[in-house]
Amino acid sequence: MKRRVSPTLLIGGALVIIVVATALISVVWTPSDPAHVEVPSRFKPPGTAGYLLGTDQLGRDEFSRIMAGARNTLLVGIVTVVIAMGVGVPLGGVAALRRGVLEDVTMRISDVLLAFPAVLLALMFAAVFNPSTITAMSAIGIALVPVFARVVRGAGLQILQQDYVTVTHTYGASGVWIFIRHLLPNVSPVLIVQATVAFAIAILAEAALSYLGLGTPPPTPSWGRMLSESQTLLDQAPWLAFWPGASIALAVLGFNLLGDGLRELLDPKLIERLPAQG
Amino acid sequence: MVLQLIRRAGWLLVSLWLASVLVFSVVNLLPGDVAAVILGTSATPQALETLRHQLGLDQPGPVRYAAWVVGMLHGDFGTSVLSHTDIGPLILQKLSVSAPLALASMVLSLLAAVPLGVLAGTHHRNASGAVISALSLVGIAVPAFWAGLLLATVFAVLLHVLPAGGFTDWSSDPIAALRSLLLPAVALGLVQAAVLTRYIRSAIIDVQGEDFIRTARAKGLTRWQALRRHGFRYAAIPIVTILGIQLTGLLVGAIVIENVFVLPGLGRLLFQSVGNRDLLIVQDVVMLLTTVVLVVNFLVDLTYRLLDPRIRATV
Repeated sequence: MKRRVSPTLLIGGALVIIVVATALISVVWTPSDPAHVEVPSRFKPPGTAGYLLGTDQLGRDEFSRIMAGARNTLLVGIVTVVIAMGVGVPLGGVAALRRGVLEDVTMRISDVLLAFPAVLLALMFAAVFNPSTITAMSAIGIALVPVFARVVRGAGLQILQQDYVTVTHTYGASGVWIFIRHLLPNVSPVLIVQATVAFAIAILAEAALSYLGLGTPPPTPSWGRMLSESQTLLDQAPWLAFWPGASIALAVLGFNLLGDGLRELLDPKLIERLPAQG
Repeated sequence: MVLQLIRRAGWLLVSLWLASVLVFSVVNLLPGDVAAVILGTSATPQALETLRHQLGLDQPGPVRYAAWVVGMLHGDFGTSVLSHTDIGPLILQKLSVSAPLALASMVLSLLAAVPLGVLAGTHHRNASGAVISALSLVGIAVPAFWAGLLLATVFAVLLHVLPAGGFTDWSSDPIAALRSLLLPAVALGLVQAAVLTRYIRSAIIDVQGEDFIRTARAKGLTRWQALRRHGFRYAAIPIVTILGIQLTGLLVGAIVIENVFVLPGLGRLLFQSVGNRDLLIVQDVVMLLTTVVLVVNFLVDLTYRLLDPRIRATV
């Protein structure tokens, strides 16, 4: 059966590519140094020659800062998803393979953890450790662990019922072998979809934390903190409150659409829907 | 049914216990030394020891955990290390801001999402349905605090019709109190409405494909009549579930939005206590929020047992 590439997938993919490309380009080139302070040219409105999106309260080029912010956003997304998958996938696999008490305990804990929004966990972490990008990323990553554990366990239980897995079992294959050889390849489409959605959640959560001043510390440009800095300047430079927010929304929209598109493209039946919420 | 209810309630208690262990462990047992963080790097060992003693950190973990849980069960949430006030009454006072805010945004989001979601679902092949659907996708991606900033820019900074922040107490001026909650509630409600609209839309699309709707149409009901008499109740099941899940998003949104609009609610209390390292308040507020989420999800579970006779039957 030929599958049509949906507009959802195309738009989502395009947005994600734009975010990734912006982040990559910003490593080697930005229109001007995002940290370059030039007080005389502060509060230049968008469209001023040389400043596509205007300048901020210190005369820094907003466009360059948005570009550099994409780097931070992407980094946070990747690290949190790696943490969440690195812990969640084996945990879900163990729960599916070992059943019994271990499964009950793992799933109960992950249910409880699901009741903790990422931002709440990150707030607790920030209270105990000092707020930093790493604190925020670990908290968001841990909060997303149950999402992956549940998906892997759910799909794993189905797959372990299959005859070929039973056959492998009778040959004396170990749990680890079955996990790597049969479970992982089968759940990988679901994982890819879930990872895209988790990415979107991570971006939103990090933005909220940075906005609160508990995420990425200065001077690294971060969209969330740029929004919080803009808040006292709403009457002088409202555009400063617009660009970073629009960037967050576009990035989240991109990853959400990509997830939706991939879901349609890959097996739609295995996947439970989870909304992207901080 | 009764047995199932008891089992569910039992799981709720287990979950609450696990949550309390989790919250306590994160706040107390992680390697960060709170006393050192509070006093800074230049603190003398004696000062550190005194503060640890004051905070009760020199007692073993299980003792402190037991004291905390037993206290909470008796309605005693402990005393703030910084302001030396009782935390229980403090939380109660903050709830007079946060609860109306959360409730108002929930109501606003339902008012917007139910008609829009139903319209998008019944017209999902038309332009109007597609537009609503696209708008809701964009809405989901908008952080609530950004929506709040934009609303504040338009209605407070440019038009001067509503306050950009701060809160007038209910007792001194209820109208002003409502006015200060309006923008944050709309900001939070809009984003929640976007999520809800999508779920209502897909629930309505799904139910239209059901056999019992076809049968209803075959016996002569119009599409709308069939939906009204047979469809909505069925579509309500996934929606009630989503409302439960959304509560988490709502609470987080409220924490952040209270800080955008400088509202003296639970979210602001939590945020300030994180900054002040007033750990007992952090622990109490997080536990309270988690309890709300777990209890509401338990109630949601019960609700759809009531909504769907088939789930009741398979018990």
